[in-house]
Amino acid sequence: MRWISPVALVLLWQLASSTGVLPPEKLASPLTVAQSAGELIADGQLADAFVVSLGRVFFGFLIGGIIGVALGLVSGLSRWGETLLDPPVQMLRTLPHLGLIPLFILWFGIGEEPKLALVAAGVAFPLYLNLHAGIRQTDPGLVEAAKVLGYSRIERIVHVVLPSAVPQTLVGLRIALGTAWLSLIVGEQINADAGLGFLINNAREFLRTDVVVVGLVVYALLGLTTDALVRLLERRVLRWRTR
Amino acid sequence: MANPVSLRGLRKAFGARTVLDGIDLEIAPGEFVALLGRSGCGKSTLLRILAGLDREIDGEARVSGAVSIAFQQPRLLPWRKVWRNIALGLHKPDGRSIALKALQEVRLPDHADAWPLTLSGGEAQRVSLARALVREPDVLLLDEPFGALDALTRLAMHHLVEDLWARHRPAVLLVTHDVDEALLLADRILVLDEGRIVATHHVDLPRPRRRASVVEQRTRVLADLGVDVETAA
Ligand SMILES: Nc1ncnc2c1ncn2[C@@H]1O[C@H](COP(=O)(O)OP(=O)(O)OP(=O)(O)O)[C@@H](O)[C@H]1O
Ligand SMILES: [Mg+2]
Repeated sequence: MRWISPVALVLLWQLASSTGVLPPEKLASPLTVAQSAGELIADGQLADAFVVSLGRVFFGFLIGGIIGVALGLVSGLSRWGETLLDPPVQMLRTLPHLGLIPLFILWFGIGEEPKLALVAAGVAFPLYLNLHAGIRQTDPGLVEAAKVLGYSRIERIVHVVLPSAVPQTLVGLRIALGTAWLSLIVGEQINADAGLGFLINNAREFLRTDVVVVGLVVYALLGLTTDALVRLLERRVLRWRTR
Repeated sequence: MANPVSLRGLRKAFGARTVLDGIDLEIAPGEFVALLGRSGCGKSTLLRILAGLDREIDGEARVSGAVSIAFQQPRLLPWRKVWRNIALGLHKPDGRSIALKALQEVRLPDHADAWPLTLSGGEAQRVSLARALVREPDVLLLDEPFGALDALTRLAMHHLVEDLWARHRPAVLLVTHDVDEALLLADRILVLDEGRIVATHHVDLPRPRRRASVVEQRTRVLADLGVDVETAA
């Protein structure tokens, strides 16, 4: 029954477009959008844009992920690391990272680099925060149990500390993926000459609201897909939580 | 041969609060000792020290040989199946077969592949006991390991621990609130109070012991715990 109201909304939208209440230069009709989507798919434009944007998210995520996980491990596992790393990271995270765009443009120019940097910044913080918190939440009782069983410090980290940080880290991963897409969308507004952002901006210049909507729908589908993938991962990795 | 457990003037304080106040204790190889005492008197604290988990102490605490402990809480790794939790301390390739045998002994043969969070309190406690037993330690520390068990399972676990003790002869320190349990299993019963060992009972009854044979001595142990059996009965 939950599909009734969305379908009704789309029908209403189509009705508004057909009757001229909603002019196409404000918002194209659902049918036009579907038709443009078909064309964009057929001539390969959408696929090209898609691959470029996906690549940006992937590499930005990779860079941010490595930084976030490395810092999170160091400050989670060592007192010194925490003392040195945690205060500056906690201060920086209060900055909305999207506000860094002007600096990133000054530092990295207007090519691919600022886009990757923006995604990386959006990813690194949630991963760091949740990995760090997850490690710190480890039940000391379990660590003690492993100690008495003859486990060395490294073995205790591998067999007890890191596994207990996994649930919280997965929460961080989901947040990080959400921020990654958001950062991409914002980043692609910077002088993009390829990718979904370019497709959308280009369409805007020609008042092609249908193409703009197609781009937005693809953004949304990408976000939903990665979120579903993480959920799947959670279900597999956190099987032991089923009570 | 040196005693596996040797404490001289052991003191332990948490801030201003002294929990253990001069404990002298020797446990001989293969000796079975039970430790009684009211809640909060420092029994678990003593066991943690013996397990090497707390080194901020005064006095001398020497424990030699392989130690294994069943904590008051089961402390199983929730992301490892039950048999892997038992195999955890083995560092051996045939861990699974040993774990399965141990599960048989604690009467949980069907739970090898269960996740710890799905176990009942008593089941988790038995897995924890099995994990401590499979290591065949020289010093076995048991912190109320039968607390969450029904009377029947408890009896079976008594036999299991006694059996294992008879076979491998570890020095055992068993914390319990059950005087009968102490009398059934131990060579020596200690009563801890106000941070000191205030009473020691040697139990010379022949094994295997039966409930009836311990009744007489029970009255005296209970008296040391401050229980007057005449009025309590
Ligand atoms: N880490 C700690 N910090 C401060 N106080 C502690 C700590 N650990 C134990 N205590 C205190 O030491 C006392 C003894 O605790 P312990 O756990 O050894 O009691 P116990 O004899 O095992 O009791 P029970 O029979 O209820 O298990 C308690 O009063 C407890 O509050
Ligand atoms: Mg206790």
